[in-house]
Amino acid sequence: MKYLMIGAIAIIKREALRFISQKARFIASLVRPIIWLIVFAAGFRAALGLSITPPYETYITYEVYIVPGLCGMVQLFNAMQSSLSLVYDREMGSMRLLLTSPIPRCWLLFSKLMAGTLVSIIQVYSFLLLAGFAGITFSFSGYVLALPVLLLNGLMLGALGLFLSATIKQLENFAGVMNFVIFPMFFLSTALYPLWKMAEASTLLRDICAFNPFSHAVELLRFSLYGQFNGTAFIYVFCALVLFLSASLWGYDPARSGFAKKSK
Amino acid sequence: MNEGLNVQELSHSYGNKKALDNVSFNISKGTFCALLGPNGAGKSTLFALLTRLFTPSTGNINIMDVDLLKNPSDALAKIGIVFQQPTFDMDLTVQQNLNYAAALHGLSGKAGLEAINTSLEQLGMQHRAGEKVRSLNGGHRRRMEIARALLHQPNILLLDEATVGLDAETRHMITSYAHKITKERDTIVLWATHLVDEVMLDDQLLILHQGKIIKDGLCKELIGDKTLAETFATLTGSRTI
Repeated sequence: MKYLMIGAIAIIKREALRFISQKARFIASLVRPIIWLIVFAAGFRAALGLSITPPYETYITYEVYIVPGLCGMVQLFNAMQSSLSLVYDREMGSMRLLLTSPIPRCWLLFSKLMAGTLVSIIQVYSFLLLAGFAGITFSFSGYVLALPVLLLNGLMLGALGLFLSATIKQLENFAGVMNFVIFPMFFLSTALYPLWKMAEASTLLRDICAFNPFSHAVELLRFSLYGQFNGTAFIYVFCALVLFLSASLWGYDPARSGFAKKSK
Repeated sequence: MNEGLNVQELSHSYGNKKALDNVSFNISKGTFCALLGPNGAGKSTLFALLTRLFTPSTGNINIMDVDLLKNPSDALAKIGIVFQQPTFDMDLTVQQNLNYAAALHGLSGKAGLEAINTSLEQLGMQHRAGEKVRSLNGGHRRRMEIARALLHQPNILLLDEATVGLDAETRHMITSYAHKITKERDTIVLWATHLVDEVMLDDQLLILHQGKIIKDGLCKELIGDKTLAETFATLTGSRTI
């Protein structure tokens, strides 16, 4: 058991060291949502009326509405960036070092996932701090309750990235991930508009948004920031985590020779 | 009991293409075994199977009497690997990279530090521990990779084309060191190469060609009166360096 913990700590520490050394990555992770919050939200505030829907008990401005969605965006981008670095590691060979360790492969992958998630949580809280300076704050309990949710969301999105990294054949194909995973996942979710607003435009869009696990991740976070628990969203995100994690373990199964073939 | 590296009837295919075909061999403790084969012979596939990057279509691999397929963790703990591609994190220091590798073998704290210091000292590289890997030249990086592979004192050291791209002096230094540890530590060294001048007469020699082991024995016995380059060229039709 001890060697499992030693391995997990080493993987997390390595990710942290890389994160610290890649200052541009950290700044980009904050600049992106801040621009959305300041520029995009300012434009939409006038155009978009928001009714009172749970967890909100009063009318809110659009900036307040999109903060949980932007937190989700930070985690989504981080998960895909970690996925990109896994594809890079595989092409460059350093993934081999990890996978040939005597530590069970499922534990190694979970540790890698946890490392990426912890980095994303740091990014989210940094963003929430900046959002606080912009006047969007939550109660102390909201910030605390958001932590386990961010952990769950980060693992779910990271597991999706892990699965994608096992299936993407070349680094160049990663642009496709941006177009076919990140953008649809973000825009077809409740990150920017509530479901009822989507339904006004199209019921199909509303249904797609309701199916998208990212919507539930955002809603789970939105409720937690207001000290509430959204059971449906939790079950949905948890099931998505199990599904994506199983898929990534399948993707990295040594019995599937795909990994080695790609990394040759 | 088979205290060595034992491979039995190993085959592997990529789709319809057979990369390894019924490969069997045995390497005893304290042996330097050169795996010689032209590019595309199946050496990297064999290494990927020996390190469980993937599992074979058929066959068995026993590492110091541990079945790699049934008990991968115990088997992998007995192996040290130097990959063909560099696997360092270039932006971290040598020490940070080695800390990471040691931890992946369950070594941390004082035990990890001692293992790293010993390993670096043996390769004459302890003074470079604080430097970023990016600042090291190819030869020093290779030495670091060997130091890393030896951190957990493995019974078997696998080196996949470890000298590719290095100058003659560094190649000689690394091959000599690999031979030395077979004697001093009773370690098995499996050395994949396509360069005949890295093989010594007393080494065990496996010649892999088109996925099959076509020769297995002591180098001097296999070549007889000829040179290894001539024997290799005759057997495989390959030009060698």
